[in-house]
Amino acid sequence: MTTSATAPPRAPGAAAAAPAAAPRLRRRLAGLVLLLAVLALCAVLSVAVGSRAIAPAEVWRTLLAPDGGEASTIVHALRLPRTLLGVVVGAALGVAGVLMQSHTRNPIADPSLLGVAYGAACAVVLSVFLLGLTDLSAYVWSAIGGALAASVAVFAIASGGSRGPTPMTLLLAGAAMTALLSAITSAVVLLDERSLEVYRFWRVGSLSGRPAGVTDQILPFIAAGLVLAAAGARGMNALALGDDVATALGHRVRLIRASGVAAIALLAGASVAATGPIGFVGLVAPHAARAVTGPDHRWLVPYAALCGAALVLAADVAGRVVRGSGEVEVGIVLAVLGGPFFIALVRRKRLVEL
Amino acid sequence: MSAPARTRRSPARPPRSADALNRPALRIGPASWPWRPRAALVCLAVTVLLAAAFLRALVAFDSADVGLAEVTAVLLGGGDPGQRFIVWELRMPRALTGALVGAALGLSGAILQSVARNPLASPDTLGIGWGAAIGAVAVIVLGGSAGGVSGAAAQFGVPAGAIAGGLAAALAVFGLSWRSGVHSNRLLLVGIAVSLTCANLVYWLMTWTDLDSAARAQTWVTGSLHAADWDRAGAAAVTLAVLIPAALAAGRALGALGLGDDAARGLGVRVDAARLVLLAVSALLVCVATSAAGPINFVALAAPQIAMRLCRAAQPPPAASMLLGGALTLVADQLAAGLFAPTQLPVGVFTAVLGAPYLMYLIVLRHREARL
Repeated sequence: MTTSATAPPRAPGAAAAAPAAAPRLRRRLAGLVLLLAVLALCAVLSVAVGSRAIAPAEVWRTLLAPDGGEASTIVHALRLPRTLLGVVVGAALGVAGVLMQSHTRNPIADPSLLGVAYGAACAVVLSVFLLGLTDLSAYVWSAIGGALAASVAVFAIASGGSRGPTPMTLLLAGAAMTALLSAITSAVVLLDERSLEVYRFWRVGSLSGRPAGVTDQILPFIAAGLVLAAAGARGMNALALGDDVATALGHRVRLIRASGVAAIALLAGASVAATGPIGFVGLVAPHAARAVTGPDHRWLVPYAALCGAALVLAADVAGRVVRGSGEVEVGIVLAVLGGPFFIALVRRKRLVEL
Repeated sequence: MSAPARTRRSPARPPRSADALNRPALRIGPASWPWRPRAALVCLAVTVLLAAAFLRALVAFDSADVGLAEVTAVLLGGGDPGQRFIVWELRMPRALTGALVGAALGLSGAILQSVARNPLASPDTLGIGWGAAIGAVAVIVLGGSAGGVSGAAAQFGVPAGAIAGGLAAALAVFGLSWRSGVHSNRLLLVGIAVSLTCANLVYWLMTWTDLDSAARAQTWVTGSLHAADWDRAGAAAVTLAVLIPAALAAGRALGALGLGDDAARGLGVRVDAARLVLLAVSALLVCVATSAAGPINFVALAAPQIAMRLCRAAQPPPAASMLLGGALTLVADQLAAGLFAPTQLPVGVFTAVLGAPYLMYLIVLRHREARL
């Protein structure tokens, strides 16, 4: 009865939706091009700006033809690797944020807010302390394992009884986990000088002073994570309708969830192993992306990757510019800028009632 | 927080309406307190524990050959000058700072949890401790570059900076979570965001300065009692001597406030004024504690909850929480120092390792009660 009553008005609406999809597609494509342009601009700034002033023309010349001079060394050995690392880590964190927000159905999820990043950091310090690993290619595995363990633990604690986790319990469990893991980490560091050498980078995330070749070493893991995330995009769209509906639509819910958790661990673990915990990228990038794309994960994932990369590069450049000598780590810049964003989010959403 | 009387999972209680009516009262002039034998017993036991921990702290932290007998002699006025120096100048400041800081944190946590009516509210989750750390580190760093922090700057500047920073953070948290009333969950979310931002601002401030000031600032950030001296212990003791009686006096309104705003008004409590005073006092307590020892995590969270369960009270009892906070901090400091000897871990590390799982347990518990 009701279906027949609502059917006639719906039919023209569905017909109108087809032409309406074209402008939306155009808008999304335009947004993608714009984001690529912003990312390119950030990358150019990241190569051109630094504490050692080098004229843009000089940067351009050494970029095309390395001559082994001082400027050339700075550009090729310091600024280019740093920019690449920023792009990779930013994209990884942005996508990890999308995955965490979608799988927990929680708008305030972020790898560092929920303690996942500190799980990776703590695992790295412990493996340096207990096993004597000193090479990134060795301890990137423990970082991924730590990220996995921490995300499962936080989710289990926040779920508590029979009901699912709420944003409130997830965030509190994440804060408790962060406090516990950073305390363990600082205890280990105080007991063991060798771990301190590794740990100094972990308290606040930083792109500078990382060993050469670090980007190459984490790239396979992050690529695997990105592929998993892209492959699961369709499934996450279905999951947004609820587990039952997704099952009815023919999606394998457990598989989607498992691949999502694996992708989060790969992306967050590998990026923390390379740079230390950089907070709030996974929070801000998905929200910025969602403002343009809407909830469709097939667009959301690439948008968030580009947003995250641009955000990390911009914050890194800002940290270099904000003081004359020395620089502010990218993790600090992002936390100081991301805190107000987070508060605005908490005030705007009917979050606390969830 | 509109829910009516909460159902806590406490041990089965006998119906005690008749018992409550017959309970004798303790009257001093116009003031009166209900006489609760169990609470009094708990306070007594915790005081004994505190005294024991304090005495133990006086022999714990160095290898000088001054044992318990000598310490007791010195405390009673005897001992030779060398022993008096070791006890009074080296060991007493650390023990005293630990007890005072812990007491301030326990009391402040009890007040905050009662006012917010949420066991998860504490200076750690509300960002007040990190706000105070910003103030203290700013004084160290900015004063340091102008010729080193010492004398008046260390004795008054650092506590003043901590109080300014902590109050600013408290105001920011309450102001930002205000949307036609403060919802206690929104308060916690905003508090976590503010404490993250403040923590990173502290790390940023520490990059502004030379290594020496940064190392000194580091002791604030980890929350340790290693560097306690009479400068800090004295400043903390003087301020706490004013604040603790004020808090205990203001805490008399807590019982009425716990019944809900309307009932409290009906009992003659000026609700808004009382709540403002209580929040201000508890924020000040945290600031003073933080300026003396840095942010020591989770004491303010755990001590009131444990005291509440020990007393079988409906609300965290202020006096018992205060005593228990002092005892817990002293015990934690000794364990942290002794566990991995000769390396002495900062007490803040140890309280976090013990307290964070407790917070997780509370989250699970609250969630089971379907109240979060």
